[in-house]
Amino acid sequence: MADTGMKQTAAGPDLSEAFRSPVSRPPSAWQKNFDSGFKYVAHAFGAGVVLLLAAVVFEVMRHAKTAIADYGLGFLTSSTWDANRAQFGILAEILGTLYTSVLALCIAGFLGVTIALVLSQGFVHRRVELVMKNVIELLAAIPSVVYGLWGIFVLVPLVRGPAGWLHEHFGWVPFFSTRLSGPGILPASLVLSIMILPTVTAISREAMAAVPKRLAAAAYGLGATRWEVIFKVTLPTAVGGIFGALVLGFGRALGETMALAMLVGNANVFGLSLFSPGNTLAALLANHFPEAGAVEVGALMYAALVLMLITLTVNALGSFIMLRTTRELKGLG
Amino acid sequence: MISVTRVATAAVAFIGLVGLSLGCGKKEAPPAEAAANASAAPVAAAGPVTLQGSGASFPAPLYSRWFREFGDKNKDVRVNYQSTGSGAGIKAFIAGQTDFGASDAAMTDDEIKEAKGNVILLPMTAGNIVLAYNLEGVSELKLSRDAYAGIFLGTIKKWNDPKIAASNPGAKLPKLDISVVHRSDGSGTTFVFTQHLAAISDKWKSGPGVGKSVEWPAGVGGAKNDGVAAQIHQTPGAIGYIEYAFAASTKQPSALLENKAGKFVAPSLKGSASALAAVELPPDMRAWVTDPAGDDSYPIVTYTWILAHKKYDDKAKSAALKSVLKWSLTDGQKLSESLFYVPLPDAVASNVLKAVDTIE
Repeated sequence: MADTGMKQTAAGPDLSEAFRSPVSRPPSAWQKNFDSGFKYVAHAFGAGVVLLLAAVVFEVMRHAKTAIADYGLGFLTSSTWDANRAQFGILAEILGTLYTSVLALCIAGFLGVTIALVLSQGFVHRRVELVMKNVIELLAAIPSVVYGLWGIFVLVPLVRGPAGWLHEHFGWVPFFSTRLSGPGILPASLVLSIMILPTVTAISREAMAAVPKRLAAAAYGLGATRWEVIFKVTLPTAVGGIFGALVLGFGRALGETMALAMLVGNANVFGLSLFSPGNTLAALLANHFPEAGAVEVGALMYAALVLMLITLTVNALGSFIMLRTTRELKGLG
Repeated sequence: MISVTRVATAAVAFIGLVGLSLGCGKKEAPPAEAAANASAAPVAAAGPVTLQGSGASFPAPLYSRWFREFGDKNKDVRVNYQSTGSGAGIKAFIAGQTDFGASDAAMTDDEIKEAKGNVILLPMTAGNIVLAYNLEGVSELKLSRDAYAGIFLGTIKKWNDPKIAASNPGAKLPKLDISVVHRSDGSGTTFVFTQHLAAISDKWKSGPGVGKSVEWPAGVGGAKNDGVAAQIHQTPGAIGYIEYAFAASTKQPSALLENKAGKFVAPSLKGSASALAAVELPPDMRAWVTDPAGDDSYPIVTYTWILAHKKYDDKAKSAALKSVLKWSLTDGQKLSESLFYVPLPDAVASNVLKAVDTIE
């Protein structure tokens, strides 16, 4: 503001042409047109994004129309996928999608929030903080296929031993009731959790960093210890943002395709056992789309629509919660 | 306030510049394209003809080798082959996106109708489908027809099942769960394999049936041949069907299968050649070797086809395609064995050559 004030007084007394600030001139016609032109272009692009999404939804619905009419709600409650007999149902895929995503979220949620805590509360040196933050965000840049291959060649052999032991000794627990043959729910969920870790970590770190320092300072002033500040002040204040991070991570997990198609086992069954193969909606689409005939394409589009609906619901919920919490925080700042 | 406005002006100016350059780019683009087209046209007439093809992944290694070697000898023809899968190859061919297609499952009558009958199916090579397995200490595994149908039907669940043990008296079969591995994506390989299972097992015929993807009663799915091969390699107790070339090149052991004559035959190129010889090729060249007769015949073998139009609008293209196909059917066949594909029997090759000659 000081800078602005000085310039204004300087422009005041000397009105000669040479000293007049270019800003004080009224905008030329070109500038005006350009401004409004830019406004329209920006509006057009904004509307374009919405239209694009609408076009995608419309196209998917157009192809799914006959399948929706033919299979109705029974599509959502049966579990066969048989292109030869034109019998399609995606119950196993819906449950598999939710199951793997929830498991991934439990793991990534715990890890991600913990890491965010370490990175935002001054536990480590600034530089280490920066390096760790970037390394975790780098995880998001690894292609899905690489995660899938890593899962097949590294993770599956690694978990086979412990999984076999659990099945032998605790086979009566529904989660361990089958033998891990290779790909299955557990390896898929583990890889998925690593894939959504950057999302969860980055957003919950932001949420924790956004907690006003004066809150923590006040708590310290009242004699609180570091742990008390973290658990009674920082986390409760940031909880909305953390929850939003989890929901967005969940949304990402739902739509993840390639790594899951390689690791989930692609069997149209659903069981509680972590070691049994399953299937997810995105994997189903990836596997069947390239070779599908007209009828199957319709059914796949219907499945895509269901996946879009689930993801949309979850993401809308996440954004809503984020919005609510940032509004609350503004009052505190 | 001023500094903010300045930044805004700068931003607007910058965006304006970008916009201008974009605008200029757009305006300039059509003449540039036209120039490129104009300069490309005479070259294309005199220089190389490019043929686009896509489809089956199973013969892709052989096809790419053929087309590369042919391209080295004939500088005026270039062939691009994309291994996209049989179904995608058929779709692209019917839609006119490619000059030729390739498919392990030939084309159905409906698909031929969709292509308005302007299509000719040419068997180019053949291959085995093997049952690769992963069992420690079992170097030779014989599977009777009941046994391998039962394994894929999910009725035989353990490796020490009496039905498997009966044909392997000496082998130490572990009391291990059988993990069936199948293709998760739609595939010509699955089509051929399920067709064979349906031919030898009524339960399979009335159950999962025949198709590029079926409702598998047992097991887990891997993507593509390599996905299945990797999963078999990784999983103790696994068995799955893959192309012979994949099993041979990864040294994964594969089972000896009981053929129609009741003999156990290991997958080999010789075994497939005798299986193919047992089948007469019909005029439309769609011959399925679902269950070949003969003592030495390996039971699961298939031709794989190239789909070409009967009539091409572009004379240069049809001439180029004919020369590529002819070379592949004669000199090219000599390359087949080194890549683990079955050379066409002479009688078949000469029939196909005659068919190639009818392309206009």
